[in-house]
Amino acid sequence: MEEQECRASECAQKVSEGRREFLHTCSLAAPLLLLGLRAAAVEAWATTDAPYNPREHSYGMGVDVSKCIGCGRCVEACKNENDVPREPFYFRTWVERYVIATSRETVVDSPDGGIAGFPTKPSEKGLLRTFFVPKLCNQCANPPCVQVCPVGATFATEDGVVLVDQEYCIGCRYCVQACPYGARFLDPRTHTADKCTFCYHRVVRGLLPACVEVCPTGARVFGEVQQRSSPLARFTRFNKILTLKPYLNTKPKVYYANLDEEVR
Amino acid sequence: MEPLREILQQVSGYIYPNEVELHWGLLVVVYPYVTGLVAGAFILASLVRVFNVREVQPTYRLSLLTALAYLIVAPLPLLAHLGRPERAFEIFLTPNFHSAMAMFGFVYAWYLMVVLLLEIWFDYRKDLVLWSAQETGVRRWVHRLLTLGAGDLSPRAIRFDQGAGRFITVIGIPSAFLLHGYVGFIFGSVKANPWWSSVLMPIVFLFSAIVSGIALILLLYLLSTLLRSKPVDMVCMDKLATFLFYALVVDFSLEMLDFIHRLYEAEESIHILSQLVSGRLFLSLVVLQALLGTVFPLLLLGLVSPALRSRGVVSLPDELRRLLYVAAAVLIQIGIFSTRWNVVIGGQLFSKSLRGLTVYKMQLLGLEGLFVSGFLLLLPLLLLLVLIVLLPPWPEAERHPVPTNTAI
Repeated sequence: MEEQECRASECAQKVSEGRREFLHTCSLAAPLLLLGLRAAAVEAWATTDAPYNPREHSYGMGVDVSKCIGCGRCVEACKNENDVPREPFYFRTWVERYVIATSRETVVDSPDGGIAGFPTKPSEKGLLRTFFVPKLCNQCANPPCVQVCPVGATFATEDGVVLVDQEYCIGCRYCVQACPYGARFLDPRTHTADKCTFCYHRVVRGLLPACVEVCPTGARVFGEVQQRSSPLARFTRFNKILTLKPYLNTKPKVYYANLDEEVR
Repeated sequence: MEPLREILQQVSGYIYPNEVELHWGLLVVVYPYVTGLVAGAFILASLVRVFNVREVQPTYRLSLLTALAYLIVAPLPLLAHLGRPERAFEIFLTPNFHSAMAMFGFVYAWYLMVVLLLEIWFDYRKDLVLWSAQETGVRRWVHRLLTLGAGDLSPRAIRFDQGAGRFITVIGIPSAFLLHGYVGFIFGSVKANPWWSSVLMPIVFLFSAIVSGIALILLLYLLSTLLRSKPVDMVCMDKLATFLFYALVVDFSLEMLDFIHRLYEAEESIHILSQLVSGRLFLSLVVLQALLGTVFPLLLLGLVSPALRSRGVVSLPDELRRLLYVAAAVLIQIGIFSTRWNVVIGGQLFSKSLRGLTVYKMQLLGLEGLFVSGFLLLLPLLLLLVLIVLLPPWPEAERHPVPTNTAI
């Protein structure tokens, strides 16, 4: 009887150890599995034999303001991926921090575009709310920059991305003046206009823009505007969406969720 | 990068990171100032030709040559400010018809080729023929070349010249309006910028252009007459001062309308624009443009010129009146240059986030520097000197000792 009891408890212990091992293995394998699935999915998009047809796409980006932690990894990734000058005057994307006091006074900053995060902490005394807002070219459907470019060097692609032809731009900077979002700059090396391209060289190969790829919290969502099944469509379906300066009728394709009225 | 780092230190409030670099500098201030003088000088000339204001006849040819000299220089500041000036011709080859700036080439070419050169040619043709018949050496050949082989001096041909001249001037007036109104449109149509975005902008540009053009011709006429030791035609000066006063009244009213309209509407940009006007633009806008460049000359011209009373509200001797006209004209030039500065630079001193102000650091050297801009402001005067030597605009040059009807 005693022996039986002993065996039963041994057995239970073995079972419990086995379960623990299994769960442990699963916990180790899960991220690998997810990565594998993701890679497979990306790969499947990237390696389709059919040539890229811009007419089949219409790109946009979603930004969930409540998810942004202001780490600046997107800014860093963008500068690296797109060879943006390192000086703190040239950004294809940047992160702003809003600190709103109970007096409603709003202080905004973006030290070096937020590339190294926000080292100084705002005082918590009298603080009403604070948040980070990633900014980038809004890839407007009605882009004023394209309208004003005297030679057509800035143009909208069929898949809805506004690009600059560096070989054609005359550097008149009218587009810089026409952009309401401060999204453009003049590249000091080429003396031509430059801006976010949604990492066009990546997205046409089925990859995500660098900023989206590195965002640790998933605050940026990239995808198809038109297709119902895309992550972006889902994002816009489950969130209340606002765009920046809608009264200018630029029809931005960067969609913000949880945007504050203070953001311009 | 050092100037940009310095600017970064002086930013107040928040500006978008890409706004640290101010994109349109002194050269873009010079551009509307110069084109304004072209349009203004031409409209003054048209007063003689179309509206038969005989009193300002002595300035007619001088106005045309001044307009030409400034028009030749007008594209240079634009060219110099381009990041890739070697690609500038693309504006002509593959223009984007939706772009206001792309129309520059066409408006410019139209104005230069169809209006100004043709009008000057028709006006001077008879004299060119007569000069080339009387002169020797290089001048003879240059003048003969400029006749383009049209040496017919029959009354019919002269009548045709005059008719064509008048016709071109009639086309020229809307063209001059187009030229400078268009420059105003380049700024006024930028909806991203609340300081620029105004339907009044082309009209304000136009009237300030007329003001600056008349003031410049008044100065040039007086200077050239004194340098040639000829008597100053005070009837002409008085008429110029009167027109200057009228134009200034309209210009000032439009500026005030724009100002009051903005203040009354008080859109979201009003706070940052108030900061701009009371701070970084105070000297150039309130002091130079409004007080010294507009109100003071208005009072001066209103009191001294025959605009309000036939002998002036305050009757002064010719010499003193002339001196005050000069003072008013010089102040107006400073005021109009400040107007251009306040539009171009002022429109870039505040962030489109409407949360902060930046500064403009003027460079001395380099293409965007003070020296190049200064040179571009002097260049039209040098060109004008050459044009005057080539095509004397003085009344005595039109008197030919031996009238001839022979064709060359």
